[in-house]
Amino acid sequence: MLSKLKKLKDSLTKTRDSLFGKIAAVVAGRKLDEELLDELEEVLLKSDIGLPAAESIIDKLRKTAARQKITESHEVIALLQSDIAEILSHNRQEITPSGNTRPMVWLITGVNGSGKTTTVGKLANYFRQEGKKVMIAACDTFRAAAVEQLEIWSQRSGVDMIRAHTGADPASIAFDAATSAKAKDVDILLVDTAGRLHTKSNLMEELKKIRRVAAKVVAPEQIKSILVIDGNTGQNALSQVKVFREAVGCDGLIISKLDGTAKGGVIVAIAKELAVPVEFVGIGEGIDDLQKFDAPAYAEALFNA
Amino acid sequence: MFGELVDRFDGIFKKLRGAGKLTEKNIRDSLREVRRALLEADVNYKVVKDFIAQVESEAIGEKVLKSIEPGQQIVKIVHDELVALLGHKAEPLAAIDKSPTVYMLCGLQGSGKTTLAGKLALDAKRKKKKPLLVAADIYRPAAVKQLMVLGDSIDVEVFSLDGQKPPEICLEAKKHAEKNFVDLVILDTAGRLHIDEELMAELEQIKEKVTPDEMLLVADSMTGQDAVTLAEQFHKRLNLTGVALTKLDGDARGGAAISIRAVTGCPIKLASIGEKLSDLESFHPDRMASRILGMGDIVTLVEKAQDAVDEEKAVELAEKIKKNTFTLEDFQNQMQQLKKMGPLESILGMIPGVGKALKGVHIDERNLLRVEAMIQSMTPYERQNPQLIDGSRKKRIALGSGNSVQDVNNLLKQFLAMKKMMKNMGKFKIKGIPKGSLPFQM
Repeated sequence: MLSKLKKLKDSLTKTRDSLFGKIAAVVAGRKLDEELLDELEEVLLKSDIGLPAAESIIDKLRKTAARQKITESHEVIALLQSDIAEILSHNRQEITPSGNTRPMVWLITGVNGSGKTTTVGKLANYFRQEGKKVMIAACDTFRAAAVEQLEIWSQRSGVDMIRAHTGADPASIAFDAATSAKAKDVDILLVDTAGRLHTKSNLMEELKKIRRVAAKVVAPEQIKSILVIDGNTGQNALSQVKVFREAVGCDGLIISKLDGTAKGGVIVAIAKELAVPVEFVGIGEGIDDLQKFDAPAYAEALFNA
Repeated sequence: MFGELVDRFDGIFKKLRGAGKLTEKNIRDSLREVRRALLEADVNYKVVKDFIAQVESEAIGEKVLKSIEPGQQIVKIVHDELVALLGHKAEPLAAIDKSPTVYMLCGLQGSGKTTLAGKLALDAKRKKKKPLLVAADIYRPAAVKQLMVLGDSIDVEVFSLDGQKPPEICLEAKKHAEKNFVDLVILDTAGRLHIDEELMAELEQIKEKVTPDEMLLVADSMTGQDAVTLAEQFHKRLNLTGVALTKLDGDARGGAAISIRAVTGCPIKLASIGEKLSDLESFHPDRMASRILGMGDIVTLVEKAQDAVDEEKAVELAEKIKKNTFTLEDFQNQMQQLKKMGPLESILGMIPGVGKALKGVHIDERNLLRVEAMIQSMTPYERQNPQLIDGSRKKRIALGSGNSVQDVNNLLKQFLAMKKMMKNMGKFKIKGIPKGSLPFQM
């Protein structure tokens, strides 16, 4: 656990240095005033937190500081940190497999290039190490060699994969996989879907169909839609969450590629405005580079060395 | 693309137009809205700041306050400044004039390099040039396979080498191209983060070895504030010659375009707007700024049409319209040509005024497929003579295409209405669009 936290911290070092680290630099030795608040807002905006969330966080800071008569810089940082940790923590729910409802079906969705297939590979490994029985369904029958890519991941993590030829109907593969997962008493079935821009209504229909068809095999509450968002994404992430949620629900998020200078401040915006919890974060291309999202730890990593 | 930004500006400028008199205060208020819109469009914070300052200094002055239509004047200033930010004129890719010309693609993971490589190869083929795709991504599982499949689908050779490092692969590919009279070599490199020292150094090595004619950064139009840093980093190490923006068919406001351009000074040369390999456009700053301001993009539309429409067929069609012998077969032909132009939604978005009218309307291209299926379920004779499709034929067509008889009825009804319309049209001579009727003059 300690090493995991360290890894997350390391991967976020850049983030901290380039952005939230600036908060410390900005407030150091200064008293809280309007000018300082403006500069803090600027730092938040640069982290992709978005205007509405940034304004509301700064507003709250202004009010709380006035009420508690806070002016010292380290207190300001503490306030910001706890506020962001709180935003990230609310509306959390347990969606990872537990108990007798088997199999859990995770529908891994997202726009093109967000990192779905890599995430499925890492998730398979994660759950297997937790002692779960895992199965993968390769439902991206559109992109060239997506199935081959997933196959390599399934071999790396040593889990079964259900596949069909390119161009096959993804819903039929999902159906077969769910049936097979049920028969084999699998704990969790990870369904990799083709990337689709949320503005393409026909592709969103296809996604709905996959969910509908899977629900013929397992109870609807056993199916969870997980949206993978590229950590470099800006405010469009909000639109992605909204549209995917409307189409197939959105039970949780996975933020990929958070190892860049990517700040993923948009996580805060999503948590604040749409109340969808982040489940995992991807922080590299290795099979172990996936971590359960821990809001306080994340907020801490953002602020402290 | 840029759809939401257009809406925003529409709203803002409506306010300005409504005002009887422009004051410094309401200019400032409007510009605050512009700032908000640009920030929400993911334009980099600093870029927005500079932009606003620039527009403000232009706008708040006698020139504006004394002009007859100050609202228009503000629109023009914002438009001009946007054009200035995006780069003044369309910059073409390096000409494919020596064998081989080399284009090198780089960018983050998942930005769309491989798909773009395929699009460039197809484009070269259209221009009667011989392309070669080079699989230089040896890291991601099945990346080479992906390019192979892609190359196969458009009948373009793919070069790969097992057990070699990317710089060697690229160098060998160039040698191979020289020997085999390839016109255009497209290097598809692995996705990498701009902070990955080792992989960035690898790109430098590739560049040194093959000296590409075009060094393109492929950037996702959904990228947030960090677009600036990543563009800066790639530019610093590789001296980019251009940027390709991808996934512009989504609803991303695409502020990254503005940021990247402003910070690196690199021209944005390409816009990639769909998953089909034919969905590629040159990036035209002026048109893009027009789009942002809700003025449509008729020029791109016309160019697309010219590309997709077979001229001989078009002449034939015009003849048929004139003689009123337009048949269901011609109708089908037309639909296929329309499809070649790209996703319908992006086409309609280019027509001035339509972007707004269609807001929230989703065009389901499957409807077109259904119509096609029905026409395909007809016999050639029926397609030539739709009037003889009676009840039993309708039933057969419906069954054959998986539709209901009502659907077939609807199709026939629509076709007849269209034919009637065309009959009227045929009476006039169509001599192309008169000069000055395009909505670009401000």
